[in-house]
Parts: sequence; structure tokens; C-alpha cells
Amino acid sequence: MARLSGTVRSIWPPVVFGAAMLALWQLIVRGFDLKPYFLVAPSDIFDKFIDNRSNIWEAMRVSGTNAAFGLLFGAILGVLVAFVLSRFRILDELVMPMSIAINAIPAFVLVSVFNNMFSSTSEVPRRLMVTLVVFFVVLVNVSKGLRQVQPVHSELMRSYAASGWEIMRKVRVPNAVPYFFTALRISAPLSVIYAYVSEYFGGAQNGLGNRISSNISNSKNAVGWAYVAGACLLGLGFYVISIAMEAVATPGGAGQRNRDDS
Amino acid sequence: MSAVVVNGVSKVFNTGKSAQVDALHGIDLTIEPGEFVSLIGPSGCGKSTLLRLIANLTEPTAGSITVNGKPSKQARLDQDYGMAFQQAGLFEWRTVAKNIELPLELKGWDRAKRRARALEMLDLVKLPEFAHHMPWQLSGGMQQRIAIARALAAHPPLLLMDEPFGALDEMTREHMQAELLRICKETNSTVVFVTHSIPEAVYLSNRVVVMSPRPGRITDIIDVPLGSSRDDGTRETGDFFSKITEVREALRGAEYSAGARGIEDR
Repeated sequence: MARLSGTVRSIWPPVVFGAAMLALWQLIVRGFDLKPYFLVAPSDIFDKFIDNRSNIWEAMRVSGTNAAFGLLFGAILGVLVAFVLSRFRILDELVMPMSIAINAIPAFVLVSVFNNMFSSTSEVPRRLMVTLVVFFVVLVNVSKGLRQVQPVHSELMRSYAASGWEIMRKVRVPNAVPYFFTALRISAPLSVIYAYVSEYFGGAQNGLGNRISSNISNSKNAVGWAYVAGACLLGLGFYVISIAMEAVATPGGAGQRNRDDS
Repeated sequence: MSAVVVNGVSKVFNTGKSAQVDALHGIDLTIEPGEFVSLIGPSGCGKSTLLRLIANLTEPTAGSITVNGKPSKQARLDQDYGMAFQQAGLFEWRTVAKNIELPLELKGWDRAKRRARALEMLDLVKLPEFAHHMPWQLSGGMQQRIAIARALAAHPPLLLMDEPFGALDEMTREHMQAELLRICKETNSTVVFVTHSIPEAVYLSNRVVVMSPRPGRITDIIDVPLGSSRDDGTRETGDFFSKITEVREALRGAEYSAGARGIEDR
């Protein structure tokens, strides 16, 4: 109960601040009589959001599904590869630099390449793009977690005559768990953003990214903004889910604690 | 059978390179069962290295080490010793009881037996109500007591400790020393204890091994016949102070001969 009221108290200030900013925005647009092609009033955006809610929902579903697929496969792949690399140092030295090099390629180049590989209405290129981005974030973080075991822990395990497999199971994996959730927290919003961005480079015209750009280019700014609001909601939803997963998996918030202060 | 026999041991790091270090040279030391032996000396005298050699966490360059009548490697594989470090090194994702159970898990004990022993060890270190706490909920001194409980969980005949109280404040430290003596008496453990502190070494030990650096070697071994029941009163006796003076002078001799520093005079 006390915890709930604490949450409410910490939620109030940003909510009030956000509402005040929206009110200010509304006042400026109306007060200076700004034209819709320059800046749309929040009330208009809200109206369009309600009018188009089923279309927005459909676009959110498309982009959200792409992001979720990418997030899921990227995370699984990242964890698997991190495990393999941590067992074979030589592979690690070969694969890591290449991963970083691939990661340095601008995203849109890859989306265009993927689009050429699959049919024009396929969602696969977008999902591949998200998978790739999430994969690197998870790989780098989980590898670190599997490797950065406190020296005192390694010494202890050696004094217990523990095998490599036992050290993996009892020390390296639990040590990597907070790193994994950090990676998830970083890549959840990234997955949504990359899902939108990859829609700008061709493919079916059905996601939030498509809708935003097509509405804006047809001067339907208020509708475009309504889709932007939908995109914000989706990104927020992904972020909240990733935080909730972290809270469930590491009770007591051990993941947030500074791990060097023991 | 002696608990530990160190026979003509030398340890050289970076052999043949320009950064070659003679960490230890010609070390002979025999420790009898039930003895409490401290290793003291300035930084770089190799006292931690000697402890790690006994633990078989590193191999000697020359000489041999026997623990419980077996080669030190076999003793490690058999978990014949428990170890505690300056950092408690508890696993933060395990509860206190689960931390104490870890060495038992690796020995293949079943769950019920492990839990029973963990609770028994928690009683021994006088923290029975903390079984289900997480390590970060405990103070530094309490964490160190859990680390000692973990080291002793499998009832090893030998306890190896590397400055376990080095990070604690003076009051906690003295309390922990008294607790350690009580625990060792109850469990009949042999202890090898590395420390920087002269009073700590004198208060705890049957023998204080004084070491000196470059190359790391034993310069003196001082008997401390203060009896087997020591308490806070012991710290105020004349015998205690004269032993402190004796160790300090032995260290000074070692220090002057090597020109090194790093001993706490408290």
C-alpha cells in the first residue's frame, strides 16, 4: 500500500508537467493563430486520433509485430552467440570485431539490401533489420556479463575445484542476468524505432512509419501527428514491458545496484 | 600428520622476462593440526602468494607443498580447505543460506543435508535469523561472517584466510577476531591467516611468521604462548604488549634489510 502511494506520488509530477506542456502548446497554436501546415494543435491531433483510431491501431499492430519479432529473435540469437563466444575465446576474437564492423553500417543501407532480397510486400526485411540491431546490443552486453566475473568469485570457485560447466551455471550465467535485462531495456525502444525507420525504405505501406510520412506528405498534418502519437504509445509500451520483466526477474532491483560496491 | 608442510618452495613470476619477480625463495614451514598461524610482513613479501600456493590457486616454481598429507592439488580437488578473502565475495543473486550451501552443492550434497548444515553454520556465526536475506542487506562485518561460515560449511580441517578483516573498522575487527577464535575452537580448525596488523596477528596466533620482501622469505617465527582462551582482557596484558613489541622489532629488522614499507602499527 505504501509502495503504491509512493508510485502515485512519483507519477504525479511528470504527468502534471506533460499536461501543462500540452496546454502551453495548445495556447501557442491558438493564441498566435498558427496554420495547421506549420504546427497542429493538440486538440486537433486528439480529434484525428479518435477518428482514425482503428487505422492507427492496425498500423501499430503491424509495426509492433515487426518490432516484437525482431526483439524476440535478436535477444535469443544474441544470448546464444554470447554463450558460444564465451566458451571459445578464439571465436570471440574473430567474431567480435566483425560484429562491431557490421553494426557500423547505417541501418537504411541494410534495409534496402534486405528489401531486394525479399518480395516487395514482405515484412521479413523489417524484422531482419530489428533482429540485427537487437542482436548486437544483447550480444555485447551478455558477453560482458558472462565474462566480467569478480576475481574473488573465480578464486572461490577454483578453491572449490568447480568444473568449467559448474562455473558457467553457478557464476557466469547469474552474473549475466542483469546485463541481459539492461540490454533488453536498451533494445526495446530501439526495436520500435528501427521498425518505423525500416518502413521508409519500401515494402508494404501499412506500418506507422509509412502512415506518418504519407500523411505528412499529403499535407494531412493532424492525421500524421495522430500516428506519431500512436508511435509514442507503442514505444512506451515496449519500454514499460521491458522494465516490468526486469523487475520480475531480478527482485530487489539487484540489477540496478552498483555491482562493484561489495 | 602435519596439516601443512611447505618444503623448499620458491615462486618466480615472469620467469626470464625483464619484469621477473622472485616472489618467494626457499620457504620451509610446517603447520600442525589445530594451530593458528599468521603470516605478516610488508607489501610484496609474498605472504598472499604463499597462502595461494598452499591453496593450490597457483603452482610453485620449485619445492613441494603437502596439505593433510596429500599434494596441495589433490587437497584442493578434495576440498580439504575453506578459504576467505578480504572481500566477502558473496554471490549477490543467492540468499545468505544459499551462499553457505554453494561449496556443499559442488560436493554433491543433497538439498536437505545442505540446508541443515547452512542453518548450523548460521548458528555458529550467530546470524541465524538472516538465512533468507540477500547479501546486500547485510553490513560488511556480517557479510564477512557469512563468508567464514561458507568457508567452514564443509567442515574442512584447514581454513585459509587472506586479510579477511582488512576492510572492517577497528571495533568490528576486534569483535570478529574474538568470534573467529571461538569458531576455530568449536570446529577444531587449523588456520593460516594473512594480515597487515601486528595486534591482530598476536591476538589470534599460536605462531606469527614474519616475512620480508625481495625475495620473499621467512625471517622469523615467533611463538605466542598467550594460552588457548583469549578475550578482550588479553589485549590489555603485559604479555600481549611485549609480544607486539617482539613482532614489531622482527618486522623492523626485516624492513631495514629490505627497505620496504607497508605495515600497520596498530
